[in-house]
Amino acid sequence: MRTIKEFKKGFSTELAPFRLVLGLCPALAVTTSAENGLGMGLATTFVLICSNILISLLRNLIPKKVRIACYIVLIATFVVTVELLLQAFFYPLYERLGIFVSLIVVNCIILGRAEAFASKNQIGYSAVDGLGIGLGFTMSLTLLGGIRELLGAGKLFGMAIMWKGFEPFTFMVKAPGAFIILGILLFLMNFMGSLNKGKT
Amino acid sequence: MEYFVLIVSAILVNNILLAQYLGNCPFLGVSKQMHTAFGMGAAVIFTMTLASTFAWCVYHFILVPLELEFLRTLAFILVIASLVQLVEIFMKKTMGTLYQALGIFLPLITTNCAVLGVAILCVRSDYSYMKMLVFSFSSAVGFALALVLFAGLRERFAISRIPHSLQDTSIGLVTAGLMSLAFLGFLEMA
Repeated sequence: MRTIKEFKKGFSTELAPFRLVLGLCPALAVTTSAENGLGMGLATTFVLICSNILISLLRNLIPKKVRIACYIVLIATFVVTVELLLQAFFYPLYERLGIFVSLIVVNCIILGRAEAFASKNQIGYSAVDGLGIGLGFTMSLTLLGGIRELLGAGKLFGMAIMWKGFEPFTFMVKAPGAFIILGILLFLMNFMGSLNKGKT
Repeated sequence: MEYFVLIVSAILVNNILLAQYLGNCPFLGVSKQMHTAFGMGAAVIFTMTLASTFAWCVYHFILVPLELEFLRTLAFILVIASLVQLVEIFMKKTMGTLYQALGIFLPLITTNCAVLGVAILCVRSDYSYMKMLVFSFSSAVGFALALVLFAGLRERFAISRIPHSLQDTSIGLVTAGLMSLAFLGFLEMA
C-alpha cells in the first residue's frame, strides 16, 4: 500500500518542478522541444533511481557530517555513466542536451531526494520514490517542451501539426519563453489547487 | 579587444542566468531581499572564479595527461564541493550576520549549476588560462547583476497586491521572463 502512495506522490503533491520548485535549470534550458524534454527527463530518472537505491543501501554507513559530499560523489558516478551511455547510443540527443547532461549532477531534485527520502527509508521505498519523482519530472518536462515546441515552431515531436499559415512565436523557444511558460503553468497549477481546496 | 568582447558577452549578451538558464534555483530562492541577493552574488563571484581556476588546472594538469577526460564531471564537482566548504568556514568566521542570512543557500552553491556549468563551459570551449579567468569572473558578475536587479523588482512585490495563485515563484518566473526579454535585446545589438 505504501509503495503505491510513494509512487503516486511524484505526480501529485511532490510533482517536480511545479510542486517542489527544484531542478529548474534543466526544466528551462532543454525544453525547446518535447523530444529533448523527454530525453532529459528519462536521463534524470535513471540517475535518480540508481542514486536513491545506492544511498538507501549505504545510509547507515555514511557518516552524518560528510554525507552531502558522499551523495554528490555517488550521484556524479551515475551521471558519468549516463553521459557515456548517451554518447554511445543516442549521440544526436547528447549533442543537443550539451552541458546539461553533465549538469544532472547538480540537479537539486536528486540531492534533495537523497537527503529528504533515501537517507531515511528502506531500499524498496527509495527506488519507488525515485521512479515516481523521476517520471513526474519527465512528464512535466515533456509537457513544457511540447508547449514550447508547439508555439515556437508549430510542431510536436518533430511533426508539423499546426494549421497552414501559422506564424510561430520564435521567442517561445528562446530563454524568455521558457520562463514565462513555466510561470504560467505554475499559476494554473496553483489556481486549480485553490479551486479544489474551495470544494472540500 | 578580444577580452572586452568576452567580458561584454559574458555579462550582458550571454548572461548566465537569463540567457543560458544556469543557476536558477538560487535566483528564485534568495532574491526576495536586496541584501541577501548582494551576499549571494558576492559569494558566487568568489566561488565561481576560484572554482573555474581549480577545475581548469585539474583538467589540464591531471585529467588530460592521464587521459581521463570523461571523469571531468566527477572531478569538477569534488573541487567545487570542497571549495564551497572552505568559503562557508571563512564566512562563518568573518561575516556572521551574512552567514545567517544566506542560511541553507550557501551549501547549496555546491549544487548551483552555474558554478559547475561555467567550469565545464571553460573546458569545452578550450579557453586559455587568462581567457578562462576573465570569462568565469565576468559570468559571475553577470549572475550577481541579474540577481540584484531581480531582487530589486521582487522587493516591490511584497507591497503590491498579486492574485493569490500567482504569488511567489509564479510571478517571479514571469518577471524573469520579461527581464530575459530585455537582455535578449543585447543579443540583437551584438
